[in-house]
Amino acid sequence: MAAPEGTAKPGFWGWLNKRLPAEQFYRSQLLDYYAPKNFNVWYFFGSLALLVLVIQLLSGIWLTMFYKVGETTAFDSVEYIMREVDYGWLIRYLHSTGASAFFIVVYLHMFRALIYGSYKAPRELLWIFGMLVYLALMAEAFMGYVLPWGNMSYWGAQVIVNLFSTIPVVGPGLVEWIRGDYGIADATLNRFFALHVAAVPLALIMLIVLHLVALRQVGSGSPDGIEIKEHKGADGKPLDGIPFHPYYTVKDIFGVGVFLIAFAVVLFFMPTFNDVFLERPNFEVANPLSTPEHIAPVWYFTPFYAILRAVPNQRMGALLMLIAIMAFFFLPWLDRSPVKSVRYRGWIFKGFLTIFVVSFLGLMYLGMKPASTAYVYAARAFSVGYFAFFGLMYWFSKWDRTRPVPSRVTFHA
Amino acid sequence: MSEAGSSPDEQGVDQSRRKFLTVATSATAAVGVVFAATPFVASWKPSERARAMGAPVEFDLSKLEPGQMVTLVWRKQPVYIVRRTEESVKALAANDSRLKDPASADSEQPAYAKNEMRSRRADVLVLIGTCTHLGCLPKQHFEPGDAEISADWPGGFFCPCHGSKFDLAGRVMNGSPASTNLRIPPYSFKSDSILVIGQDDVAQGVA
Amino acid sequence: MLKSATLALALLASPLLLAAENAAEPAAAEHKALDWASWHADNDIRNSASLQRGARNFANYCLGCHSLKYMRYSRMAEDLHIPEAELKANLIPTGDKPADYMLSNMPAADSAAWFGKTPPDLSLIARARGTDYLYRFLKTFYADPAAASGSNNLQLANAAMPAVLSELEGVKQAVFVNRETLVDGKPVMEKVFDHFEITTPGSMDAAHFDAFVRDTVNFLDYVGEPAQKARVDIGIWVVLFLLVFTWLAWLLKHEYWKDVH
Repeated sequence: MAAPEGTAKPGFWGWLNKRLPAEQFYRSQLLDYYAPKNFNVWYFFGSLALLVLVIQLLSGIWLTMFYKVGETTAFDSVEYIMREVDYGWLIRYLHSTGASAFFIVVYLHMFRALIYGSYKAPRELLWIFGMLVYLALMAEAFMGYVLPWGNMSYWGAQVIVNLFSTIPVVGPGLVEWIRGDYGIADATLNRFFALHVAAVPLALIMLIVLHLVALRQVGSGSPDGIEIKEHKGADGKPLDGIPFHPYYTVKDIFGVGVFLIAFAVVLFFMPTFNDVFLERPNFEVANPLSTPEHIAPVWYFTPFYAILRAVPNQRMGALLMLIAIMAFFFLPWLDRSPVKSVRYRGWIFKGFLTIFVVSFLGLMYLGMKPASTAYVYAARAFSVGYFAFFGLMYWFSKWDRTRPVPSRVTFHA
Repeated sequence: MSEAGSSPDEQGVDQSRRKFLTVATSATAAVGVVFAATPFVASWKPSERARAMGAPVEFDLSKLEPGQMVTLVWRKQPVYIVRRTEESVKALAANDSRLKDPASADSEQPAYAKNEMRSRRADVLVLIGTCTHLGCLPKQHFEPGDAEISADWPGGFFCPCHGSKFDLAGRVMNGSPASTNLRIPPYSFKSDSILVIGQDDVAQGVA
Repeated sequence: MLKSATLALALLASPLLLAAENAAEPAAAEHKALDWASWHADNDIRNSASLQRGARNFANYCLGCHSLKYMRYSRMAEDLHIPEAELKANLIPTGDKPADYMLSNMPAADSAAWFGKTPPDLSLIARARGTDYLYRFLKTFYADPAAASGSNNLQLANAAMPAVLSELEGVKQAVFVNRETLVDGKPVMEKVFDHFEITTPGSMDAAHFDAFVRDTVNFLDYVGEPAQKARVDIGIWVVLFLLVFTWLAWLLKHEYWKDVH
């Protein structure tokens, strides 16, 4: 049996490699892993998501050192962090800005998948893991928002947990079981704390690892939808590929720099982001007897909230909201087009995709506003646009007249 | 195009420019990491609440009789305030031969307490009531010849945990597991009867 | 063709715009009602002198009923550059120490009985409602014999808080006028606020009182987030550093990517 890779190397590295596949990992994951050479701006968001994960983990763990869970202490402890812990305000804003940044990055990352067909075979499982990460992220963000125990924390939790009562038969009992009390209470806060700090981050990390392993197994797609492994040179390396290290390590570092500038500008100069990242009612302590002027979830949930409100029936609204999220899982099988990238798709697909994006953004905006009659009609229109993308894809993906896909990658200006 | 007199190698790659840029970027990143770590490390310092609760504590000595001791808390530590009698202060000099550090060379005390009586004023002894061995609270045994300890006991403190002995100036006696004298906190006198623990000079502010 | 189309559009636009403007106001009203709802606080938390005056205002007129339970006197003194002697002499109530939190001495049960509700803690009011809201609130009290406290407020209708600053501003009446507005397309007469009239002068003139309110609101903005100034100051350095780093990272990327292009 041949010695493990790297054992022959001198010193500590040789000693290590006899015991851990360090050299092998470095070579296979960085030097010998080839990625398409024409990655554009849409390909930054995966590594940026990892960066934001690290920011959230670090800032989150640090907050846990000072935060005091409990309905009588939580709100005060957040103000203690903001005012009395040295640089506590910075750690808090890292976490609040990071939460919103996470969703901006993840939504853009998902959008990349939509335009370049990254969910299509053989990457269906990669997509599924990604969607599971998204679900875990939503759970994490929802529970995290309850922890400061502000008035919006309380009422947001009240409204969303109540949605589960729409489930037939088990609904009302389930809601009481989730809450651990007859209304959102100390028991709810405590369990959300345990889940938010320990359980969901563990699940998130495991899912992200699986997501990355699935990616490395199949290799990355490209903006043209071309599989670079299909054209290899005499040396067995993809002709249209370049080693991940140093080319994409160096490019991703630059991407990190640009991202951090935007992140720092928000954190230091406008941490509430005009009351969107940190909402005004949450600067008042939770009050079961006083509802905020209008209850809305944080911006990253509002598209689904708008769909919920657009439907006049609570049960149907909740069901449609669930379908709106779960529809993403089915994309790899709904999309029957032979072509992956939007660059070679026809006008039907481009039209539906555009309507989808406009609808998503429209719903996001409407979800943040109070529900007026005009807004409800608009939300219904946008909901139709949203569901049309998934609901009709099985047919329009087949009818769409695609253009021929080149065999080698192209570079767009 | 190339930096500092370097030329591209056979593949047209300017290795020295690459090395320079890699080093420059890495060094800047390292500086950035240190900057980024600062708030996290700093947040562990005692918070403003800890500092506020660690503010100086005042005590009115007029209530303390000679031979009496009172225990206060300052910065989470027990502080012993002892009203020493004149005789016990006079007897301190005789202890020197049985002490490990009679001149308090190795012990922790403010400059004004580095004397025989280890205090600003002879009649008032202020000590951190934490044994310098492993942290228990030494018990008061002010009577010389206290039967519980020994016939030649000069009077002072006896730590019940491991048997360390200290005299009435908090100085550690030979044969004790502890090796340094009991610590003296910063303190001052606001007036003849008001003692302020935690403040060296009343006019200046917190020690 | 394009020119004539543009001309046509321009011709159509002007009457449309004019119609829009006219529809906004009934032709008869030449003077406008006092537009208090668009007043802005425009405060500057970097103005230490203003913050100091605001702190003094708060201590003298607000602290009696309202606490700032997250704010320590000593922290305020440090941030606002108030010397300790001044702090103890003028700002701290007797019995409190500099490290104490700024608590009102009024028992909550009593205040709830006297005013109908306990005066809320104001530590975070500027973050919860905004400085504009606070400015408008303090400036739109008016006498209202129908109210229990004897006064009412335009920003917060039926506020439980009495017009505590009327000794400074003076007692003012709110003048309402009947105005015709359209509700669901039908003309309806309703009472609309028009302007204030000071019936009993206070110790300050309008400009002086306005400055008083602005300073107080500025102070409350500071109390809402004492780290604001440090946040911005540090931020400038962080962004500058990141710009340098990103520039270096770009050069590094560009150098390596010469291989690819």
